Amino acid sequence: MMVADHTSPTDHPNEAISAIDLWDDALLAARLIAVDPTGLKGVVLKAKAGPVRDRWLSYFSSLLPEGTPLRRLPAGITDDRLYGGIDLSATLKSGKPVRLKGLLAEADQGFLVAPMAERLSLDHASRLSGALDFGEARLERDGLSAVDCASFGLIALDEGEGESFGETAESLPPALSERLAFFLSLDSFSIRDAVEYAFGAEEVAEARAMLCTVDAGEAAIETLCGLALKLGVFSIRAPVLALKAARAHAALSGRCRIAEDDIIAAVRLVLAPRATMWPAPEEDYEEESVEAEPDRSDEQRDGTNERPDSDTVGPIDDLVLEAVKVGLPPGLLAAIKAHSERARGKGERGKQGSDQFSNTHGRPLSARRGDLRAGRKLDVIATLRKAAPFQALRAREKGVDGQKPSTQGRRRLYVRPEDFQITRFKDRKETATIFAVDASGSTAIARLGEAKGAVELLLSESYARRDHVALISFRGEKADLLLSPTRSLVRAKRALAALPGGGGTPLASALSTSIGIVEDAERRGRTPTFVLLTDGSANIALDGSAGRKHAFDDALGVARQFGALGTKALIVDISKRKSAKAQEIASAMNGLYVPLPHINAEALSSAVRALA
Amino acid sequence: MTYPFSAIVGQDAMKNALLMAAIDPSIGGVLIFGDRGTGKSTAVRALASLLPKMDVIEGCPYQCAPDGKKCEQCQGLTKYKTRKAAVPVVDLPLGATEDRVVGALDIEKALASGEKAFEPGLLAKANRGFLYIDEVNLLEDHLVDVLLDVAASGINVVEREGLSLSHPARFVLVGSGNPEEGELRPQLLDRFGLSVDVETPKDLPSRIEVVRRRDLYENDPESFVAKYKRKDAAVRRKVLDGRKLLPNITVPDDVLALASNICMMLGTDGLRGELTLMRAARAYAALSGAETVTDTHLKAIAPSALSHRLRRNPLDETRAVVRVERALDDFMAAA
Repeated sequence: MMVADHTSPTDHPNEAISAIDLWDDALLAARLIAVDPTGLKGVVLKAKAGPVRDRWLSYFSSLLPEGTPLRRLPAGITDDRLYGGIDLSATLKSGKPVRLKGLLAEADQGFLVAPMAERLSLDHASRLSGALDFGEARLERDGLSAVDCASFGLIALDEGEGESFGETAESLPPALSERLAFFLSLDSFSIRDAVEYAFGAEEVAEARAMLCTVDAGEAAIETLCGLALKLGVFSIRAPVLALKAARAHAALSGRCRIAEDDIIAAVRLVLAPRATMWPAPEEDYEEESVEAEPDRSDEQRDGTNERPDSDTVGPIDDLVLEAVKVGLPPGLLAAIKAHSERARGKGERGKQGSDQFSNTHGRPLSARRGDLRAGRKLDVIATLRKAAPFQALRAREKGVDGQKPSTQGRRRLYVRPEDFQITRFKDRKETATIFAVDASGSTAIARLGEAKGAVELLLSESYARRDHVALISFRGEKADLLLSPTRSLVRAKRALAALPGGGGTPLASALSTSIGIVEDAERRGRTPTFVLLTDGSANIALDGSAGRKHAFDDALGVARQFGALGTKALIVDISKRKSAKAQEIASAMNGLYVPLPHINAEALSSAVRALA
Repeated sequence: MTYPFSAIVGQDAMKNALLMAAIDPSIGGVLIFGDRGTGKSTAVRALASLLPKMDVIEGCPYQCAPDGKKCEQCQGLTKYKTRKAAVPVVDLPLGATEDRVVGALDIEKALASGEKAFEPGLLAKANRGFLYIDEVNLLEDHLVDVLLDVAASGINVVEREGLSLSHPARFVLVGSGNPEEGELRPQLLDRFGLSVDVETPKDLPSRIEVVRRRDLYENDPESFVAKYKRKDAAVRRKVLDGRKLLPNITVPDDVLALASNICMMLGTDGLRGELTLMRAARAYAALSGAETVTDTHLKAIAPSALSHRLRRNPLDETRAVVRVERALDDFMAAA
């Protein structure tokens, strides 16, 4: 029985789950993907680089049939390597465009390993998603046009900081992670738990052979779809992947029909890590269990063949859920519960990671004549185009010089330094505006409403400019990152609408969270602007303790750290009279201080514009 | 082997919008926005294998029709052979460069023989068909501008690398995306004729059906496609019949008046909304096999024709589709 146990971790039911069992699960997932890479699409492996991860990876590669491609995806790979570009030497030799195979095509029928997947740009993620969906890589660039087979499984190595499941400042773009069957976290293991296994390769080979003969069965499909809904997993890809996991599990166990064990494993490995809620909270469950029991048996006696309605937990589902619960990593249930509470009022989209954009693909300008220096990129196609008209002329010139005409005849290509064309990119620097809104009790509720209105106006303006917007709110004991930098107005509005008010003023914590977001934005090549709406009356210190003096000193300390970043900051004083404290914070941050006793959306907006 | 169009569970708004564009390409593009995993790409790919074959002039790089407007090259021909070709549904992959989209100097010919020849790009390939952009919101702005310009004019003008030519490029632009990953520039939204929101089905029976069909298809694509052959053929027939019907469809005056009133009440800017609304209503009537456009047709397609033209109010959480539907209900009740 789950909920009551969350208060003290010691008597958590999952305490019974040893690290060894969880490690077994991680290895099981490895076997399952090895059985059906193109169906299960891959795994998000949350783990720091280290011996545990290495052990998992080497176990995984030991399972694969000989000759299976296992290619590494370098961070920041360019499109011509991803899809295959011009082979420079072969092209110059033969006088016609010759193509190199791209990485996606090279991984066909095998695997692609992406280290530092949390840093993958949205552009890269979309390219990978496209290939995962249709098993092909389409190239249309630099005068080349091709479609390559590219059916592969993706091993995304997420090395991000933070909690084990989602909600980190940096995480894999959700558009990509939701296509992969498994989310594994190895961070809690020590190398002692990660026992080495050497077997499994034969099992996998046998399972691969019989995979397509495994019968799914109606009941398995219905159970998995029903459970996905009950766990708050709305994407239809999840039950599809769960069904494939169940099928691979059955094949591994030598069964030609999906059995209950297979469903339990699939729910534990595919659906549970995606869950945004857990059915039948404990408190209700205890009360219900006495009275609801007869109802349920009535239903059974009626013998209705109706499919279980999405609102009631059918008996099979119950059994599966109980069995699944036993095998979950400790902390996952608590995380799900916490998430479902946070998600209330946010709509029912469920878990969304942070959106990521990159500015590495500035608008490519037309290539321009130039010399080859370090850091410059030769535009091969443009260079060849430039050289093309002069070929006949140059060939004749060579002849006049008294040189023997080349034995390869006209195949020889004459490219001169003046033909060199250099690729240029227009660097469009993106901006990120980070709002930190004081939602504490000292900011009266009415003022919070005004602040919301002002922020909404700013949001829609940044939206029109295609800026990124992040939203931090602080109240009670700590600051919350309500919205990591995004360009989605939909999500920003949703986060803002759900913003509650009241409680203490943890200004120091808000500033330290903001520093993290500002630094992250800079790492991504964006120019951050910070807007703080507060009255400056901090009363919660960094360590969560109450007390004005201590809290304000903390806040001032963090504000100085912030000032050292050199980020443009606007401090909007929203107290009724000018607050000396807010002024002090502003000067520590090297920011612009704007008292706005009556928050006026227009005035605020023009202040921000003046800052940028 | 692509997933059959008729095997897609639900998503009627999306399917109808695509079929309407197949009946009357002048409706303008179709924008499909919505949740992940709702089969947006699948539907567009399925459309390709569903559409009836068309007559093209043999050897023409732009698939010119023997009985339609021809490209410069085909205009000079006195005798030509024709062949049946599939309606092109061209994918514009992410990372495509401008030279491949609009076409460029054929380097191979230029290098080998010094000949200045044009190598047609994706816009040429898509002539008389569909051009599909998945994640249209991630496409670089300058490419979107080129595409919208060509889609509106139907002609691709190439002025680059010493080439100066133009060729027909009439196609239906289909864009899809997920609003959670960044929205389309507002000024681009209303360049699309129709816009549909797709959502993951929330009810258990349809979800089970989606998963079941997906499973059957992936396990044995051949027999799955064979199973839906007749249903696909029925949809194809609807498109063909609709095309025949379209020129003769009449729009009664009261329906015309209703259309302008709806646009006025919703405050959609410009004439484009009204025009698209009428075209879409006619195409929808044709798709449903009706000879006269009725209020019901208008009401059915108004959300997809108008929802993306409403002025945005950042403080209003209500989805645009709901606002259109509400306005319609109010209006019908008053009338």
